[in-house]
Amino acid sequence: MSALTEPGVPGRVGESDSPLRRFLADFFESRVATAAFAVLLGIVFIALFAPWISPTNPYDLATVDILDNRLPPGSEGFTGQIFWLGTDGAGRDVLSAIFYGLRTSLAVGVMSGVIAMFIGSSIGLVAAYFGGRTDTLIMRVVDVQLSFPAILVALVLLALLGKGVDKIIIALVAVQWAYYARTVRASALVERSKEYVEAAACLALGHRRILFRHVLPNCLPPLIVVVTVQTAHAISLEATLSFLGIGLPITEPSLGLLIANGFEYMLSQKYWISIYPGIALLVTIVTINLVGDQLRDVLNPRLQR
Amino acid sequence: MSGSALVEIQGLSKRFVKTLDLAGKLANKLGSSIREETVHALDGVDMTVAKGEVVGLVGESGCGKSTLGRIVAGILAPSEGRILYDGRDVAALAPAEAKAVALKAQMIFQDPFASLNPRMRVRDIVGEAPLVHGLVTRGELESYVDEVLLRCGLDTSFKRRYPHQFSGGQRQRIGIARALAVRPDFIVCDEAVAALDVSIQAQILNLFIKLREELGLTYLFISHDLGVVEHISDRVYIMYLGRIVEMAVTEDLFAAPNHPYTKALLREVPRLETRHSDFLPVEGEIPSPLDPPRGCHFHPRCPHATRRCGEEAPTLREISPGRQSACHLNDGV
Repeated sequence: MSALTEPGVPGRVGESDSPLRRFLADFFESRVATAAFAVLLGIVFIALFAPWISPTNPYDLATVDILDNRLPPGSEGFTGQIFWLGTDGAGRDVLSAIFYGLRTSLAVGVMSGVIAMFIGSSIGLVAAYFGGRTDTLIMRVVDVQLSFPAILVALVLLALLGKGVDKIIIALVAVQWAYYARTVRASALVERSKEYVEAAACLALGHRRILFRHVLPNCLPPLIVVVTVQTAHAISLEATLSFLGIGLPITEPSLGLLIANGFEYMLSQKYWISIYPGIALLVTIVTINLVGDQLRDVLNPRLQR
Repeated sequence: MSGSALVEIQGLSKRFVKTLDLAGKLANKLGSSIREETVHALDGVDMTVAKGEVVGLVGESGCGKSTLGRIVAGILAPSEGRILYDGRDVAALAPAEAKAVALKAQMIFQDPFASLNPRMRVRDIVGEAPLVHGLVTRGELESYVDEVLLRCGLDTSFKRRYPHQFSGGQRQRIGIARALAVRPDFIVCDEAVAALDVSIQAQILNLFIKLREELGLTYLFISHDLGVVEHISDRVYIMYLGRIVEMAVTEDLFAAPNHPYTKALLREVPRLETRHSDFLPVEGEIPSPLDPPRGCHFHPRCPHATRRCGEEAPTLREISPGRQSACHLNDGV
């Protein structure tokens, strides 16, 4: 009866017209973003399956031959294999090293991003929902945290903690949680005052349920954008720290460490040892940022079409 | 008044205090005089709602009627005063009982767009609370949600859709279904039809009347629209700046308003039979609840104000059976 007397919004009546589907349609409208997303998928694929798709295992001492060291790109090695991107100072295949390096860099970036997101957004939610002193205390800590340069905080923490994948993840989380807390608090403050939250309170639903089932899902759009941007940031920060020699141990080289390894050969025309890992790092960060930019455009309520 | 009181409100006050922040306190230490700001949203409100009754609550925007509705529905806590539900003080109940009572009083909101969670499907919006509170089992949920939706005039095929796929009237029906799903006895309608088109308003009002007959519901109907209130209410409370100024059975109130504020309000209702061409607004602005006037809150705008009105606040007294008014003029001055 009501369907006849109260016409719905035309063109938006399909049963499965979920917010997710609309979001995907908007996202892939941009060709640049679609291309960036495809490249990013490729990078993630390489990182996930590096041990199976790289030509050699650069860290298996049985297959690496020191006689192959510093070969230029495209040259043939001692055992007859071709090193498409050359070899480094220890005779390792640069292409394979990049594949393994991507694996480490992405793993560190994504893990620290996800952990920082969980910690930061929970703290931000609590601050917004309970308000008052809790809010003031948390947000002042965030302000202090954000007033220090990220690299400085990470340097000090790593100096205290030492080297290792777990240590650098701890350092990156410590640097980045505040961004998530601030973002989630801002949008949770807006959502909290909406009537559907009052309705949930009136239905005697518990605090935790209201926070995580009602408020948090509506804070997701800005959070997703921050996750992508901060993951890219984490990867470049990790590369910087590794380049400086205080991030990852030499046994688990990331892209930053590869760049540092080849740095000494730059001036002696052996550019490939540093340049190619550098390009891989650049492409990774640029594609993540492009995807993040498109996410921001699609999810921004003020630009909603 | 018919039957016993379902909801009884005694001396309810609500103050919103904006406390000074660090900078404000520091400025005070240095000699400035920044005061804490207190909004007196409600000032000693008494009200009774009998079982099965529809009570209208009318007032200008900013007079505290929504605050009263939210306190009665259990969303806000009062600063002072008691709410008795079925004769029991709501604040003194054990947690389990308090939750049961909280579910018995539900609320319908004004904005059909902000009052539904945009990321939940209709089935979850309506079915979440009954499931969480164990009113239905997971197996019964689908048929239960169907039943509630049908009762509210919604098609059961809407269950898998999201709120953005509906019109304002349909969304308001979903909001009603959400409230009905926890089997309430008492429903607070806060400007529930104000945001809707006139034709849809009539449909929703008729739905309220139908649900009342079918389920024996009691309503507190908050509105600034006198026409709507006259149509649906048995009794009407008039509120001005946090105080009740008049209460009467609907017919009596519209036939012979007593309080000068009610008279001023009623004069401006457009009617078919008495078409007057001159619309006189109630003189002046509603005063700020930050700094309400002394004495009778209405005296700065009242054409009959005497000196006593500016000094002493009139109490709400019975002036004839079933009729209360808070005005010094009734003392025969």
